Amino acid sequence: MKNCEYQQIDPRALRTSTTRTSTNKNVRVRRKWEVFPGNNRFYCDGRIMLARQCGVLPLTIGLIFITSGLFFIFDCPFLVHNLTFFIPVIGGVLFVFVVITLFQTSFIDPGILPRALPDEAADIEKQIDNSGSSTYRPPPRTKEILINDQVVKLKYCFTCKMFRPPRTSHCSLCDNCVERFDHHCPWVGNCVGKRNYRFFYAFIVSLSFLTSFIFGCVITHLTLRSQSMNGIIQAIKESPASVVELVICFFSIWSILGLSGFHTYLVASNLTTNEDIKGSWSSKRGEESGNPYTYNNIFTNCCVVLCGPMPPSLLDRRGFLLPDDAPQIVTSDTELPHFVAKNDTNMCTQGTKELLESMAHSTVIQSTCAPDTPKTTPVPQESLLRTVSITVSPSSKSPSTGCSVCQARCPIDAPCSQRGNKQAALHTHKPMLRVSSPPYSLGHSPIILSDTPDMGFIPLN
Amino acid sequence: MAETHSLQDLRQAAVASKVFVQRDYTSGTICKFQTKFPAELESRIDKQQFEETIQTLNNLYAEAEKLGGRSYLEGCLACLTAYTIFLCMETHYEKVLKKIAKYIQEQNEKIYAPLGLLLTDPIERGLRVVEITIFEDRSIGSR
Repeated sequence: MKNCEYQQIDPRALRTSTTRTSTNKNVRVRRKWEVFPGNNRFYCDGRIMLARQCGVLPLTIGLIFITSGLFFIFDCPFLVHNLTFFIPVIGGVLFVFVVITLFQTSFIDPGILPRALPDEAADIEKQIDNSGSSTYRPPPRTKEILINDQVVKLKYCFTCKMFRPPRTSHCSLCDNCVERFDHHCPWVGNCVGKRNYRFFYAFIVSLSFLTSFIFGCVITHLTLRSQSMNGIIQAIKESPASVVELVICFFSIWSILGLSGFHTYLVASNLTTNEDIKGSWSSKRGEESGNPYTYNNIFTNCCVVLCGPMPPSLLDRRGFLLPDDAPQIVTSDTELPHFVAKNDTNMCTQGTKELLESMAHSTVIQSTCAPDTPKTTPVPQESLLRTVSITVSPSSKSPSTGCSVCQARCPIDAPCSQRGNKQAALHTHKPMLRVSSPPYSLGHSPIILSDTPDMGFIPLN
Repeated sequence: MAETHSLQDLRQAAVASKVFVQRDYTSGTICKFQTKFPAELESRIDKQQFEETIQTLNNLYAEAEKLGGRSYLEGCLACLTAYTIFLCMETHYEKVLKKIAKYIQEQNEKIYAPLGLLLTDPIERGLRVVEITIFEDRSIGSR
């Protein structure tokens, strides 16, 4: 009895992930990031992750490097000679800080929630459907809870097959539920959520300082030069790069400072961009609604948001997929070894019979935890999700990806048409564009923010 | 009787069903699980024991997410080093997660496996649920 191969979880055996790799000499053991169902790219064997549509991240990086490079090459020598050597030092520190925080915002897991396993999904479905109704119209997929005496609605995510925790939103671009979802930022090529919000905030604040600093230094440089050369035109001719920097910085400062101010307000009130745009807790709703997550103290809110404990990633990107699960991955869309392009329309619907079969077959071996990698995720089963969806999932993806938003509440009224500049235009905010709405209306509709100066919502039905 | 049923013996048993203990969001977004005793476990385990396990887990998660001097210090230090300190240092949260993993394993070995149950560490389910696998009571004698 004791020498049979086991099929269930044995926590003691889970620690030795090395045995698995040694027994599978012929089959390459895949890592979990290779079968991740969201729209993400992974590099360095799962250590780095980005959204699939990395947006204008190359542009962001390019602008920062080019402007700073021009600054160090053309302006710093003059300023060091005429003023102080601290200028390139300060500039250097700011530049390094900006780059590090940018990479951290872009390359880490923003707080993605792994999708529910078939067993879990079935359990939740059972709880929802326990009324036993057999009509075609699905029951409402929301759950109301009370947080700090405030009624909060939890919505059911059809893609991830679970009730979204509070403040979690499903990003349609990345096709993931992200905790404390702020927005999807094309400039950093990633969602901004619970885990990387502090990096994002540090990035925009330090970038404001950097652009202001460079702007100030360039002005000083040109002023000093024109004084010694009797004319601004002559000064510009001597240092044409400064004009380039001036133009870039001038246009960036408005938008970046505005954005920093806006996010400072959000941090101080413990709000997310998503909640602010949708007016989830605004008093305009006419009810007694206030933000249930705020600590009602600016300092406490700031500390909590920026200096709170750093939650770990819930995705076990670098864990090993057990070979037992490989044959069970039966999906309609081809399982690419690397970046899996998830498409809602490929989700096939199967009957409950197959669901029960898969439940019976589920070997429940999810974790390949070594003691030093506590993060695991039930990815092997996730691909099964696509075959066992009980209802037809909507494929109502939000259309345009290029709309820019003007923040009417932004302290600085930055006009929308500032593309092509460093950090120009305000962020394209993509809050919950994909609400869990099947073709039949549940009273929810995806919201797209339009390209108008005054914040206009265009609900799509 | 109970001592002969170790985790290894569970290998031989078939999975009868699974129970999922969901998150409790009434205190906000902190990680907390419902202490409501699932009906399916009534015949298997003491209600008290189960609630104690869940409550201990909740306390451990609260410790991980605790806002206090230590976490602020960690946060400020990280900010000053441009967050590069996270590359070398293990965060407080991760340390507590290890503690939790150990606790769950301990509970499984001592209490749950002899009863034909298995707790799954919530981190393996994205901190969504505590999954309890109920094994068939074939080889295991009655309590």
